[in-house]
Amino acid sequence: MKNHVFRPLIVVIGLVMIVLFIRLFVVPKDFGVGERGYMYGWHRKSSEDDWKAFKVKYQFSPDYCKDCHSANYDTIMKSPHAVIKCENCHGPALDHPSDPLKLSVDKSREQCLRCHFPLPYPTSGRSAIRGVDPEKHNPGVECVMCHNPHKPGLGGMK
Amino acid sequence: MITRRNLLEIALKGTAGLALSAAAFELADPKKLFADIMSDKAKVRWVFLVDTYKCVGCGFCVKACKTENEIPYDANVTRTWVERYVQTKDGKVFADTPKGGRDGFITEKIALGSGQFKDIKKEDITKAFFVPKLCNQCENPSCVQVCPVGATYQAPDGVVLVDRTWCIGCGYCIMACPYGVRFFHPKYHTAEKCNFCYHRINKGMKTACVGACPFGARMIGNLKNPDDPVTKVIMNERVSVLKEEFGTKPQVYYIGLDKEVK
Repeated sequence: MKNHVFRPLIVVIGLVMIVLFIRLFVVPKDFGVGERGYMYGWHRKSSEDDWKAFKVKYQFSPDYCKDCHSANYDTIMKSPHAVIKCENCHGPALDHPSDPLKLSVDKSREQCLRCHFPLPYPTSGRSAIRGVDPEKHNPGVECVMCHNPHKPGLGGMK
Repeated sequence: MITRRNLLEIALKGTAGLALSAAAFELADPKKLFADIMSDKAKVRWVFLVDTYKCVGCGFCVKACKTENEIPYDANVTRTWVERYVQTKDGKVFADTPKGGRDGFITEKIALGSGQFKDIKKEDITKAFFVPKLCNQCENPSCVQVCPVGATYQAPDGVVLVDRTWCIGCGYCIMACPYGVRFFHPKYHTAEKCNFCYHRINKGMKTACVGACPFGARMIGNLKNPDDPVTKVIMNERVSVLKEEFGTKPQVYYIGLDKEVK
């Protein structure tokens, strides 16, 4: 074969070699076919551990708060609000009490209206929850001014 | 020349070939696939169960998910969201999900988009309910198939994950997902999706949305554990999945799903 055919061919082969050589360093060592086969499992294995190591923010276990905040825990557990998790209003515990020292509380009207805005939806649990019209029921005032969210019945009014 | 021997040979081969192609084109049989899932070696297969009757649309799940998974709170993207469906007497269906339901549903007006709202009278409602949505962690995830670089994949326990260090941001997976659960993370600019709070379920905790739900509308379980309450419901009660016709074998099961739910 003629030289003008060979020379570009060598260049192409060289380029392929370079790409393969770079690939050797760029592609992580644990990259490969996982348990789910080539179609669904082609990945870097250590990526699974990366996700497992992601930081947990919410504890969502009543036991986490119970020991130190036993008084509040006992009150709310006797009320219909027992189903609401502490962290839904008090925010994620993270590593509380070491970090952060104090949690912020969501006392906004909107927080209460999430459930207590009346929606008459016959095929949803929502219609079973008592609601108030926020435009008529003391507008502009925080609900917690009068109501105790840990003791939401009228007996718990402040 | 055709002898008796090679005629028989050809006939045998032909029959075998026909049988093979019939098997190759056979439609997916759910029972068989379920058996396949149950029989493979991994001990865990994470699945999700949503009871739409219990959901009241408070949106605590969306709020908790965004915080737990570090999705910018005010960006209009979320890994999980709650949809509201309202059907009226004239057969029309209205659906909305303002901010993904992050702040709950604190108006009876349905957002129609572009600042338009629809006020529906109580008397006109025939049925109305909320449907929480999240990644279906499909058994045959179409988002994984299309990834050109192997950045998204299915972990051995069935959860579909995204490798942020490897994603090139081409967006194929976002287009391929029939459920629209994927989006670009506003900070990392890589594909983002619900991963059943992989960091939590692997520590024996529930996902943030399950933990946040006051009404038990959301449940997570292991399909390979026959004693798991979620598995018991899926096996023994009437449940359905979203967009079954896509053949992706979604693993988020719903109680009380209606045909209006897309």
